[in-house]
Amino acid sequence: MKIVIINYGAGNIQSIMFAIERLGFKAVLSNNPEEIQSADKVIFPGVGEASYAMKKLKESGLDSLIPTLKQPVFGICLGMQLMCNSTEEGNTKGLGIFDVDVVKFTSKVKVPQMGWNQIYNLKTDLFKGVSENEFMYLVHSFYAPKCAEAIATTNYDVEYASALQKDNFYGTQFHPEKSGDVGEKILRNFLKI
Amino acid sequence: MLAKRIIPCLDIKNGRTVKGVNFVDLRDAGDPVELAEIYSAEGADELVFLDISATEERRKTLVNMVRSVAEKINIPFTVGGGISSVEDVEILLNNGADKVSINSSAVKNPQLINDLAQKFGSQCVVVAIDAKQIDGQWIVHLVGGKVPTELNLFDWAVEVAERGAGEILFTSMDNDGTKKGFANEALAKLSGLINIPIIASGGAGNIQHFVDSFKEGKADAALAASVFHFKEIEIKALKQELKNNKIEVRI
Repeated sequence: MKIVIINYGAGNIQSIMFAIERLGFKAVLSNNPEEIQSADKVIFPGVGEASYAMKKLKESGLDSLIPTLKQPVFGICLGMQLMCNSTEEGNTKGLGIFDVDVVKFTSKVKVPQMGWNQIYNLKTDLFKGVSENEFMYLVHSFYAPKCAEAIATTNYDVEYASALQKDNFYGTQFHPEKSGDVGEKILRNFLKI
Repeated sequence: MLAKRIIPCLDIKNGRTVKGVNFVDLRDAGDPVELAEIYSAEGADELVFLDISATEERRKTLVNMVRSVAEKINIPFTVGGGISSVEDVEILLNNGADKVSINSSAVKNPQLINDLAQKFGSQCVVVAIDAKQIDGQWIVHLVGGKVPTELNLFDWAVEVAERGAGEILFTSMDNDGTKKGFANEALAKLSGLINIPIIASGGAGNIQHFVDSFKEGKADAALAASVFHFKEIEIKALKQELKNNKIEVRI
C-alpha cells in the first residue's frame, strides 16, 4: 500500500510518519501531484495558521489537486479545517470539500482547547471498534460547527463536529497520531478503507 | 468534557534521564524512551522533557532523544531547556516534539514568543515561568529560581499570552520541592487573568494536592517529577481519585 503524506511546509509531519511506521507501514512525504495521485491513501496534515498554510498549498497547486483526488484522503487538525468551505482564521477560503464554515471558540472557554476530550455520535468505518466517549488529543482554537457531514461530535464551549466525512474524504480535528492506542486504531481503520 | 491533564516531567542530561528513578522493572533507569513508555502506559496525558545539560553536544543528543521518543510514544510531549531561537525549535519539532517550552530566552527576548507563534502556531509554544514571592509580590526568576528579574508574575503572564503563547507552565519556587501542595492562590489568579491553559508545577506531595490544584487552583494540568519517579504516587490511582472527586480525567 502506498501512503503519501502531503508535505506543503506547514507543520509537524514527523509524528504522523512515526505513527504510520508503528502500524507497520511506510509513508512517503510529497508535494508532487503525480506522486499524490498515484497513492492508495493520502494524509493531509497541518498545524499552524490557516492563511499561511493555504498560501503554501496554492504555491504548489495542491489547492486544486486535493479536491479532485479519488482515493481515501484523511485531513488532520488544520488539514481538516482547510478542507471546509472557509475558516475565520485569517479569513481564509478553504478547499470547499466539506460544506461547513470553521469558526473560533468564544472566550467563555480557554482558547486554544488543549488536551484530551471525548468523541461521540461516531459514524462510518473510521471509528470501527472505537467506543463512544473515548478521549482524543486536540489542540485548536477554531472548530467546524455541527453539520450533515459530521461523523464525530465533541463538546467544548459548544457541541461541534470533531470529525467529518464526504465521499472519499475524511477529516478529524483531533490528532489520531497523538491519541494513544485508540488514536492508532482510528489511523489503522483509515488505512483499511 | 475536556479532561484535566497529568504530566510527569523528566529531567534530561546528555540524552539520559537524571534523578534516581525508582522503577524496579526498568531495564535501564536512564533511558528516557523506556520511562516515557511506562508513563504513557500508566495513563500520563502528556510528558515534559527538560534538558538540563550544558555541553556543546547538548543539542545533538537532545535531538536524537526527541526522535527516539517520538518513534515510540503515541501521546504528546514537550521539550524544554536551553531553547533560544526559532532554529532550535524547528529542529525539535521536525524530529517529532509536539511542543517546546521556553523560559529565560522569553524573558531576555520576548519577541521570540511572537516569532514562534507566528511560524509554528501558538499550540506548540509553552512559556515556562518560575516565580517566588518577595515581600508579598510574585517575582519571575531565572536560572532555576536563582536570579530574580524585575517582572511580576501576573504582568508577565498577561504579556506572554498576548504575544501568542499557547500555554503557561507556572512553577512556584516557594512550593517546589516542599511537597506541601501547589501555589493554588496564584494559580487561580492566573487562570482568572488569562484565557490560555495553565499547567501547575511545584509542590506536589500527595494526591490531595492534585485535587486542590484543579479545584482551588483552577489549573488545566498538573505537572510533577519526583512523586512519580519514586512511585510515591501512581498515575492510575491518582486519576481514579481525581475522578472520585468529580474532576474530569481520561481513564
